[in-house]
Amino acid sequence: MVRYVIRRLLVAVPVLIGVSLVIFGIMRILPGDIAEITMTGGAASATTSDIEHFRKALGLDRPLHEQYLEWVRGVVTLDFGKSLKSGAPIIQDMALRAPLTLEIALLTVLIAILLGLPTGVLSAVRQDTWIDNITRIISISGVALPVLWTGTIVVLVLSTWFDWIPPLGYESIWQSPWTNLQQVFWPALVLGYNFAAIVSRMTRSCMLEVLRQDYIRTAWSKGLRERVVLYRHALINAMLPVVTIIGVQFGTILGGTLIVEQIFVVPGLGSQLVESVQFRDYPMVQTLILLITGAFVLVNILIDVLYAFMDPRIRYE
Amino acid sequence: MELSDNLLMRQRRSRWAAWAAAGMWRFARAKPLGAAGGVIVVLLAMVAVFATAVAPYDPVETHYTHRVEAPSGAFLLGTDHFGRDVFSRVIYGARTSLFVAVLSVALGASLGGLLGLYSGFRGGRMDFVLQRLVDVVLAFPLLVLALAVMAGLGTSLRNVIIAMAIVLAPRAARVLRSSALAVREAEYVKAARAVGCSGARQLFVHVLPNCLAPYIVFSTISVGVVIIAEASLSFLGLGVPPPDPSWGSMLAQEGYKLMRSAPWVSIGPGIALSLAVFGVNLLGDAVRDVWDPRLRQ
Repeated sequence: MVRYVIRRLLVAVPVLIGVSLVIFGIMRILPGDIAEITMTGGAASATTSDIEHFRKALGLDRPLHEQYLEWVRGVVTLDFGKSLKSGAPIIQDMALRAPLTLEIALLTVLIAILLGLPTGVLSAVRQDTWIDNITRIISISGVALPVLWTGTIVVLVLSTWFDWIPPLGYESIWQSPWTNLQQVFWPALVLGYNFAAIVSRMTRSCMLEVLRQDYIRTAWSKGLRERVVLYRHALINAMLPVVTIIGVQFGTILGGTLIVEQIFVVPGLGSQLVESVQFRDYPMVQTLILLITGAFVLVNILIDVLYAFMDPRIRYE
Repeated sequence: MELSDNLLMRQRRSRWAAWAAAGMWRFARAKPLGAAGGVIVVLLAMVAVFATAVAPYDPVETHYTHRVEAPSGAFLLGTDHFGRDVFSRVIYGARTSLFVAVLSVALGASLGGLLGLYSGFRGGRMDFVLQRLVDVVLAFPLLVLALAVMAGLGTSLRNVIIAMAIVLAPRAARVLRSSALAVREAEYVKAARAVGCSGARQLFVHVLPNCLAPYIVFSTISVGVVIIAEASLSFLGLGVPPPDPSWGSMLAQEGYKLMRSAPWVSIGPGIALSLAVFGVNLLGDAVRDVWDPRLRQ
C-alpha cells in the first residue's frame, strides 16, 4: 500500500511540471507584451523608458528559461513573488483567501455525499416507484441546471423574500463561525446540489447493476436482513465508481467556485483569480492557476489511494 | 435519358429521406426523452439561425425612454438598464451560444479526435508522448484552463471558440484513442493489414468508420459542456465581450445588479440557458445509450 502511494505521488511530479510549463507558456508566449499592456492599459500613455523599467523590475527582460526556473524555484520554496495589483506578497493574499474556497469545496463534497448517496440508494432499491421518479426528476434537473443559474435564483429568492445580503469582507471560521458559515453555506449548497445530482445518478445506476449480481441473490437467500444486504454487500461494491466520479468531478467543483464566489461575493481564491485576470496581474494569475490545478491533481491522488484501499485488486496490479 | 436520370435521383433521394425518417422514428420510439431533447435542440437551432426574423428588435439597439421596463406587449421580457429588449437579446444569445458550441466542438473534437485515433492506431513512442501531453492538459479543471487561455489571448468571440477547442481536444483524443486501440485488434483490421493495405488506408477506411460512434457521442455531450462553459466565461466577464448578447453575460453584468428591482433581466437568459443544457443533455444521454453502451459512465 505504501509503495502504491509513493508510486502514485511520483507519477504526479512530471504532470505538475508539465502543468507549470503550460501555464507559463500561456502567460508569456501568447501575443501581447505584459509590461506594455499593464503600463499603458491599452492606450499609449507610458513612455518607453517606463515600460523598460517595469520590464526590468519584473525580470521580464531576462531569457524565458531563466524566468521559468525563477518562478518554479519560488513556488517550491513557497515564495510566489509579489502581486502586481497590491504589491503585497502573493502568499499573504492566498493565506487569507484559500481557506474560504477550501471550505466551500469541502462543504460541497459533504453536501453532495449526504444528499446524493442516500437518494441514489433509495432510488435503486425502490426502482420505478414514485420515490424513484421524484428523485430522478430532481437529480436530472440538478445536472441540467447550470450552477450559474441556480446560484442566481438562490440569491434572487434570498434577497427578495428574506432580505438577505451576502456578508461582505472576510471572517475566518475561528473568529466568527456564524458569519463564516453564512458566507460559505449558500455557495456550497448551490454547487452541492449540482454535485449531489451527479452522485445520486451514479449511485443509482451502480446499485442497480450490483443488485442483480449472484452474490446479492445468495445474500438474500441466506436470509440476511435487508440492511445488511444493501449496505454490507451492495453499497460497498457500488461505491467504487461513485468514488471515481467524485474525483473526476472535483475539477468541476473547483471551476464552480469561480462562479459561486462571484455570485455570492465571497472573497475566495476563485474571485481573486477572476479579479487578477481582469487586472492582468500575471504573477498572481499563474500562481493561482498552478495552485488550483495542483489541488485537483492532489485530490485525484487521494481518490486513487482511497480506491486502492477499497479494492485490493488495484494495489497489486 | 435525362428524364430517367432525374427520376432515379429523385427516387434515391426519397428513399434516403424515408430511411432517415424511419431511423428518427425508431429513435423517438426507443428514447422518447432523447427525442424531446432533440426537439428542444432543433427549436433552439432554428431560433438561432433565424434570429433576425424571430427577434422583434436589434439586440444591441437601446431604447433610452424604456430603460429597465417590466415585461409588456412591446417588450415581451422587459428591457435592461440600457433599454435593450431582453427577449431579442435572449434570442441572439442562442445564436452566440450555439455558434460557439458547434464551432468549438467541430474544431476541438475533430482535431483532438484525429490525433487520438492516430496515436492509438500507431502506438509506440509517439503515442506515449502524446498521451503524457494529454495527461497534463487534463490535469487542469476545465473552466480554469479555459480561463487561463482567455487570460492569455484576450476576450473575443473567436478566442472563446479557441479556448473551448483547446479544452475539448485532449478529451476527444482520449476517447478516440481508446476506441482505436480496441478496433486495431479487430479481425477485419488484421485482415486489411494481411492483404497489404497501407497504414493510411487501414486508418481511414477500416479504423476510422468504426470509431465514429464514440466520436458522435462525445461531440453531442460536449455541446452541453461548451454551452455551460461559454456562459460561465461570459458571466465572469472573460468570454464574449459586450455588447454582443451572451446568456452568461446577461446573467452577470446586466442581471446581477438589477436582480431585486428587475428580475426579468436575468430570468429570460437563465431559463434559455437551462433549457438548452437540458435539451442537449437529454439528447446526449439517449445518443449514448443507443450508439455506445460502453461509454455509459
